[in-house]
Amino acid sequence: MSTRIAKQGRLIDRSRPVTFTFNGKPMKGFAGDTLASALLANDQVLVGRSFKYHRPRGIVASGAEEPNALVGLGVGARFEPNQRVTTTALFDGLCAVSQNHWPSLEFDIGAVNSALSRFLPAGFYYKTFIHPRAFWKYIYEPVIRQSAGLGKPPKEEDADRYEHFYAFADVLVIGGGVAGLMAAKTAAEAGARVLVLEQSRHWGGRTPVDGGEIDGMAAEDWIAAVVSSLKSMPNVTLRRRCMGAGVYDHGYALGYERLTDHRPGTEGPRHRLWRIRARQIITATGALERPLSFAGNDVPGVMLASAMRDYVVNYGVAPGQRVVVVTNNDDAYRTAITLKQAGVDVLRILDARPTGGGGLMEEARGLGLRVDCGRGVAKVSGGKRVAKLAICAQEGSGAALEEIACDAVAMSGGWSPVVHLWSHCGGKLDWDEAAAMFLPDVARPPVGADGAGFVQTAGAASGVLSLSEGLADATQAGRAAAKACGFKAKKGKLPEVTELGEMPIAPVWLMPASASDELRAKAWLDFQNDVKVSDVQLAAREGYESVEHTKRYTTLGMATDQGKLSNINGLAVLSEALGRAIPQVGTTTFRPPYTPISFGAMAGDARGALFQPVRHTPIQDWHGPHGAEFEPVGQWRRPYAYRRADESLDGAVMREVKNTRQAVGILDASTLGKILVKGPDAGRFLDMIYTNVMSSLAPGKCRYGLMCSENGFLIDDGVVARIDDQTFLCHTTTGGADHIHAHMEEWLQTEWWDWQVYTANVTEQFAQIAVVGPKARAVLERLGGMDVSKTALPFMTWADGSLAGIPVRVYRISFSGELSFEIGVKAGQGKALWDRLIAAGDEFAMMPYGTEALHIMRAEKGFIMIGDETDGTVIPQDLGLNWAISKKKEDFIGKRAQARSHMTDPTRWKLVGLETLDGSVLPDGAYAVAEGVNANGQRNTQGRVSSTYYSPTLGRGIAMGLVLHGPERMGEVLEFPGIDGKTYQARIVDPVVFDKEGEKQNV
Amino acid sequence: MSEPISALNGARFDGIARIAEAGLTGMITLRGDLASKPVKAAVAAVTGAKPPGQGQISFGKTGAAGWMSPDELMLFCPYAAAPALLAKAEAALGRAHALAVDVSDARAVFRVDGAAAREVMGKLFPIDFAPGAFEPGRLRRSRMGQIAAAVWMEQDGGFGVICFRSVAGYAFALLKEAATPGSAVGVY
Amino acid sequence: MLILHCPYCGVSAEETEFAPGGEAHIKRFGPGASDEEFRDYLFARENPKGVHFERWRHAYGCGKWFHAARCTVTLEVFGTYPAQTTEPPQAIRDAISAKRPGWSWREFE
Repeated sequence: MSTRIAKQGRLIDRSRPVTFTFNGKPMKGFAGDTLASALLANDQVLVGRSFKYHRPRGIVASGAEEPNALVGLGVGARFEPNQRVTTTALFDGLCAVSQNHWPSLEFDIGAVNSALSRFLPAGFYYKTFIHPRAFWKYIYEPVIRQSAGLGKPPKEEDADRYEHFYAFADVLVIGGGVAGLMAAKTAAEAGARVLVLEQSRHWGGRTPVDGGEIDGMAAEDWIAAVVSSLKSMPNVTLRRRCMGAGVYDHGYALGYERLTDHRPGTEGPRHRLWRIRARQIITATGALERPLSFAGNDVPGVMLASAMRDYVVNYGVAPGQRVVVVTNNDDAYRTAITLKQAGVDVLRILDARPTGGGGLMEEARGLGLRVDCGRGVAKVSGGKRVAKLAICAQEGSGAALEEIACDAVAMSGGWSPVVHLWSHCGGKLDWDEAAAMFLPDVARPPVGADGAGFVQTAGAASGVLSLSEGLADATQAGRAAAKACGFKAKKGKLPEVTELGEMPIAPVWLMPASASDELRAKAWLDFQNDVKVSDVQLAAREGYESVEHTKRYTTLGMATDQGKLSNINGLAVLSEALGRAIPQVGTTTFRPPYTPISFGAMAGDARGALFQPVRHTPIQDWHGPHGAEFEPVGQWRRPYAYRRADESLDGAVMREVKNTRQAVGILDASTLGKILVKGPDAGRFLDMIYTNVMSSLAPGKCRYGLMCSENGFLIDDGVVARIDDQTFLCHTTTGGADHIHAHMEEWLQTEWWDWQVYTANVTEQFAQIAVVGPKARAVLERLGGMDVSKTALPFMTWADGSLAGIPVRVYRISFSGELSFEIGVKAGQGKALWDRLIAAGDEFAMMPYGTEALHIMRAEKGFIMIGDETDGTVIPQDLGLNWAISKKKEDFIGKRAQARSHMTDPTRWKLVGLETLDGSVLPDGAYAVAEGVNANGQRNTQGRVSSTYYSPTLGRGIAMGLVLHGPERMGEVLEFPGIDGKTYQARIVDPVVFDKEGEKQNV
Repeated sequence: MSEPISALNGARFDGIARIAEAGLTGMITLRGDLASKPVKAAVAAVTGAKPPGQGQISFGKTGAAGWMSPDELMLFCPYAAAPALLAKAEAALGRAHALAVDVSDARAVFRVDGAAAREVMGKLFPIDFAPGAFEPGRLRRSRMGQIAAAVWMEQDGGFGVICFRSVAGYAFALLKEAATPGSAVGVY
Repeated sequence: MLILHCPYCGVSAEETEFAPGGEAHIKRFGPGASDEEFRDYLFARENPKGVHFERWRHAYGCGKWFHAARCTVTLEVFGTYPAQTTEPPQAIRDAISAKRPGWSWREFE
């Protein structure tokens, strides 16, 4: 059984018991436990089910590489699926549930897949579910979806908060093991600003477990001394529980800090995403132990040898009572020795190497442990837990020599340096045949903005596994990083290390070497996704030669652990099957993040009210309480209409139009862009920006203008007011304010930089209020302060003055065809003026109106709207706006493009009005069909609807659209099939359907 | 005449830093040849300060001058005095090619003070706010969360932030969020 | 995510402060230009594997346009310079030559 033992447990506090539940069952642990160690202490060896075959799965590792032990953690708004128990700190009240089983972990229906595994080989889904196609939608997909996915998504909104932090360092050290600490110390002592990230809550990495003496101190004491000296340095920042998640271009790196996972509900953010810029990055990310590929290596109770050692030393937990150790290298002997010293029976050490190991083997033998060399595992048996193990010769096909009853197996297939972060941004790898591992190729590092390498590896991440070499390597890395940042590291003395020499590893990619078909079909590579040695071999036989293709075909390494344990073993099997050397097969691409990070951390503060900025006008707060229903216009929220009690939204719009046409309406037009253009060359510049002539505009006057892109397409429109000889104020559309300002600056900076023109975007300096309708003048006169008569302020002019004592600039411009005043006022007094106008308008039955009424009124007048009549492919000539295109000007932006053959093509669709025969409203975006069908069998088209509304003024639907030869076809009737199944008939008419002569606006 | 109001009317929040909307602040955008005499005279007329160097804000008797670009300054002054000071600036500019415009109402100004102010800024701007890297007199235009903003350090070590008025609500909520109690990073 | 040096602000800032603007040193053709000239001006663009000249705007900073000489393979930035020029300055060309001897891009080398 798996149980807590009296000895060891350096990380737990036995005086602080903790209670938690697993699948509802109460369990006990200690402060300092991980959920993994606590589960093992409670003899909970079975912790989950695999993805495809629903095989029983146990804890196999002790850290971030764990593929099996994923649970749903927390409840309600703090529930999170797929949490690794090995990296989850235990806390009082923790609540975990296992995943991927039904109805229960112990008895799972899906496990039938395992019995059928022979019929579910690699690529099974691809091969099987292709035909018949009709089955896909209703049968295959629902079934597959039902069985897809590991954990269950949370149902409630996340209760926690998250944030980002921008950090800067000369040297970022990822990994707080002895190598990371040594590198950090070296760089920091040279004067560099150093940031050290450690993913766990402990400094020192594996070294305290593996033992050894540094400078005459126990490793643990040396680590404490180094940490304490780093803490005292002002140029060093140390962070624990903060994983280096990814390394990106130009020294960008992400750190994933878990602040309150171990104490939920505590004040402050749960996770913090560190967005780091470092000049140099040292990845001291250690190495991961590889499993061995033998039959039954997935049975709960089979564990990495180093993990088993961690559980004993760090947590005082023995994952078994009768253990067999199987290895191809010396390191696993440390586990055997540790187990023996903790009082666990180590029944046998199976060393695949013909002559076994070195000093550690002798030490184990000295403790009375039996070592069999040249031996391996034929098969591990047991259902939900290891029961027995069959021993065989490594060089053979797996004939059992002996069977041992045992309850746990510690395996070691050697070590792979964690090269992930080195590789994220393009660092290349080399295969080291002797060490049987991929090493960072220091000649081909990731390069930064200056073209020089910016990542170094240190310690085991460099492939040096011994303590002495690791410390030397880390010192070198720290020195090199400091030097690259312009600091000079003093030549220090390397720490003195006492350690035993080790014998070389013998690569073992399959155990036994010539395992039978039956054994290979039970030898797991990817525990989470259920990929076996036989699957990879099948893929190779079927022609999947690229490792990237094999990965996707078999799903090897595609689980949430991203193949941390499986990739090297898998590609070694593939290399053997293809008969090509491992470096020729290569690795799959390492992509960030190193382990999954929370969506909350990625989003940071950008959720809820802060999801995106919402822009408010100075009058915004008035609208809501007065019934406004808002519509998004860019990042603004503009009132669509002001709904009254017992009124439909549509009814409100109709009322607003009628009231504005008959009496007076008021509109918050503050969102319109306002760009000041000033200088001796301002007129000349605007003549280039607009299609018509602006330089001839007299001060005090206004003129409507069109702007095109260099492609000739219409991009914006608006009224320009000339302020004085050198100054123009250009109004843009609501959406155009920022990009038209940028457009102007682009031309000024990059083409006509010798022209004397300055621009300023003054959009938000002013609130702008439109008072519109026959009684508009009366409302302004009621406020008093300036002459707004027809003679003093004629149509298309502006004047400065004051209304109700508030300084204003009034423009006589109209987008509705009505008598209209647009009043510009300083934003800080916008609300005050609005209130005065509302009060003064009362006796004239003035009502506020929203954007929909605005749209209807402009459509009645045949005025175009950027974004309705234009879509980035429409030129002014298409819209009958030739009157606003100067023929005199030699040049303007878009002029040459409008002369291109496609732009002058007489078959371009042109703007017309559309009037339904029955008075109904045409569907927005509907197409007018023509005779015949196109190559896809669709009806040919000859036009489309660009704007369509019900006009309360005319009592029928009105619309505009672009139609082939439209202006020449007045009176013709077109057919518009709607998506509602009806076909609408509409007559081509003049787009101006209200007050064509413009008498109403010019009073 | 109605009293003008700033975007958030002086809203405040106390967390790991103190966040305050500064209320009405006079601001004049001045574009021109920053090295020219008329521009220097205009800066002096409004703020009493010398034109700031690249990436700096200079402080004077009646205001401050922030460097916005190689041909643009933001002049800070008392709100009520802005129209008169603008007239003085225009007089100083004379016939020189320049643009001076009152933008006091176009922006919101915030103050961020307190021990953790550097960290609060560091959560929102992609800028190094470490002591030594960002000191009084430094001004940077950059990105705060998802909006454009300028940030500078006052002589007393507090931060000033300006953004457009329409996003003042977003900016304040963002600053509040970054200053939430319990969220100190513990690095500066 | 790149770091670019804004030649106006004198700061090196992360890419999120900038907006890309396509190829640099494109000569404008207006009315009077032939169809071929105008087509090339509007649409013909380099797509090099290696040295490239691009336009960037310090959108969240000073708002100014500048040019960057950059390697599209390694993302190395050879230098940035103000946009008020019709060709890469000699100092930039020298910086590229030091790293990529024999480089050429359009008519420049």
